[in-house]
Amino acid sequence: MFKKFLWLEWKSFTRSSAFATNVALKVLMILVALYFSAMFLLLGVGSFYIIRESTSVDPLIIISQFAIYYLVFDLLFRYFMQKMPVINIRPLLTLPIKRGTIVNFALGKTAVSFFNIMHAFFFVPFSIVLLIEGYDPLGVVLWHISMMALIYSNNFINILADDKDAIFYTVATIIVGLGATQYYGVFDITPYTQVFFHGLYATYYLWVIPVALVAGIYYGCYKLFSKELYLDTGLKGKHEVAQTQDFKWLNQFGTMGTFLKNDIKLILRNKRSKTTLLMSGLFIFYGLLFFTNAIEIYQGPFWSMFAGIFVTGGFMMTFGQFVPSWDSAYYPLMMSQNIQYREYIASKWWLMVIGTTASALIASFYLYFGLDTYLMLLAGAVYNIGVNSHLVLLGGAFIKTPIDLTTSKQAFGDKKAFNLKTFLISLPKMLVPMALYGIGFYIFSPTAGALFVAVAGVLGFAFRNKAFAQIEKIYKREKYDTLAAYKQKN
Amino acid sequence: MIQINNLKKVYNGVTVLNIDHLEIKKGESFGLVGNNGAGKTTLFSLLLDLIEPTTGAVKLNNVQVNESEAWKPFTAAFVDESFLIGYLTPEEYFYFIGELRGQNRASVDELLIKHKDFFNGEILNKKKYLRDLSKGNQKKVGIIATLIGNPEIIILDEPFANLDPTTQFRLKKIIKDLADDKDVTILVSSHDLAHTTEVSDRIVAMHKGQVVKDIYTSEETLKELEEFFAV
Repeated sequence: MFKKFLWLEWKSFTRSSAFATNVALKVLMILVALYFSAMFLLLGVGSFYIIRESTSVDPLIIISQFAIYYLVFDLLFRYFMQKMPVINIRPLLTLPIKRGTIVNFALGKTAVSFFNIMHAFFFVPFSIVLLIEGYDPLGVVLWHISMMALIYSNNFINILADDKDAIFYTVATIIVGLGATQYYGVFDITPYTQVFFHGLYATYYLWVIPVALVAGIYYGCYKLFSKELYLDTGLKGKHEVAQTQDFKWLNQFGTMGTFLKNDIKLILRNKRSKTTLLMSGLFIFYGLLFFTNAIEIYQGPFWSMFAGIFVTGGFMMTFGQFVPSWDSAYYPLMMSQNIQYREYIASKWWLMVIGTTASALIASFYLYFGLDTYLMLLAGAVYNIGVNSHLVLLGGAFIKTPIDLTTSKQAFGDKKAFNLKTFLISLPKMLVPMALYGIGFYIFSPTAGALFVAVAGVLGFAFRNKAFAQIEKIYKREKYDTLAAYKQKN
Repeated sequence: MIQINNLKKVYNGVTVLNIDHLEIKKGESFGLVGNNGAGKTTLFSLLLDLIEPTTGAVKLNNVQVNESEAWKPFTAAFVDESFLIGYLTPEEYFYFIGELRGQNRASVDELLIKHKDFFNGEILNKKKYLRDLSKGNQKKVGIIATLIGNPEIIILDEPFANLDPTTQFRLKKIIKDLADDKDVTILVSSHDLAHTTEVSDRIVAMHKGQVVKDIYTSEETLKELEEFFAV
């Protein structure tokens, strides 16, 4: 039966429209994956010796001390990056297939995800080095098994957290609590966890705990999804009590107001878009990492500008990226209703302008880091509005991934609003302002750098009508392909 | 009102639609019948410029649909649920369409009151989003929404499917009323020969992408069509 499922998966993978249109992107993602694998491999082999050279403490003890952070970071990384397994379940329900098999397959599919394999690149070489260095072989093997069990626990915790918001908030609270108490020196958990993680090697019995943990969580997932494998429970999605909203104040903007009203409802009433909004809210605080000098490599004008673009442009990047995909479910309506392309594009543009302006206003607390910093952020905002907004709209025409707003509540649905793909496409939009700011900063002053970026933004804004005409042309050219791609539900 | 010339749609070498010439006059009530794969939805999609013709062109009121957007103000259509916005309540959806078509709330409300029976108390003020309505109720919303703003061309793909018998009767009444209005050209497709003959004054039967019958409805029409489709 699993073979049949694999066959189905392979078909859905090779026959999706995203596969055909985004080969270049796929190649890029594979390169990134290879890069990470190589880094982990190097880290696995090298870390033992590096730690021994620099600290002269047993490397396994150091690793054990930091293992908790490693796992916590892994969990966070997964929550934001790992896509949930999408398996088309409805048609399988009435076929003679055991429910357990379906659930096992869906869960098993996540086990072979790159997010798990990646860690093997670190732990396998590290364990081999341990063996070479004469550590107790049985202990090393047990330690290795335990660590992998914990990694897989993360995998399944992520699935639970993704499905049940309560679990996400619980896990998040514990993590934030531990982080805060350690930061303020109230309570440091690492000495305790170090004993545990090292014990996985030193004792022959502690390994039972992680293995039992992964088995328990897997069982939990299995139970949950088995229970939800009915059309009227997990596969149905929640029915919310709908409230008719007017937003009358937007009426004064005419047709534009009509679209804006609709977009606001789109954002507020769909889980997928709400996550996006939350992400863009987090981006506002992203700059803190840079301006507090918390992270050493993030210093210097290039990186400040990088932060500047993200702080004010978070909404634009995360939401704008998927224009017009947000409307994918009813794109035929939009294309045949009394809507001119120009108005449609302009309304999305305004939405991004509003988002950017709001971000820039909220970000005024950066004044604490000096006027120069805030001026730089404002310059970033101007650049975002003037240049990046057009680039984002342009890029959107080529991302023909239908966004399923309606099924985002489903147990096996794809609900991540932020993924690597989006991030990769965003990169070029940073480089120009970074360079401009850097040039101004080094030749003249920080203010000049900000001015350069702002002028570039204003220039872009001056060409707005030209850019719109161009975007309109491309949207029209892509129209039929886009309609066809949106027809294809994931 | 609607002119179709040399219209052809080819997918990977297979011709799914091929119409040399078809003209639909203003005020006509036009019924389109045919088996699955006859090309009904393809034709409607071409009329609405949702797919690109391989050759030929469609003109609505002398506007070529794939070259200008000027046909949009006087054309309304409901093809499938992708014409609905799932996260809106029915009221919001009607007002949204109304605003796009330059109608104020009062005139939309007036239309909704007029079709209160058609909704059968299952649509308005139910505190439900469109995505949570049943297929049949979604269809009711989509059909009534096409009437907003007095469009001159109304296109309905399979409007009778998924509707309960009572609603089918009511829909027939609505379509007949529109057919009586000489300013409205209405196009309806269906698998149901009886429904179509009842509401249309001209019926075109399609088979494998071609027009095989083009008749003005009379007493014998239903019989003629039944004979044609009988195996």
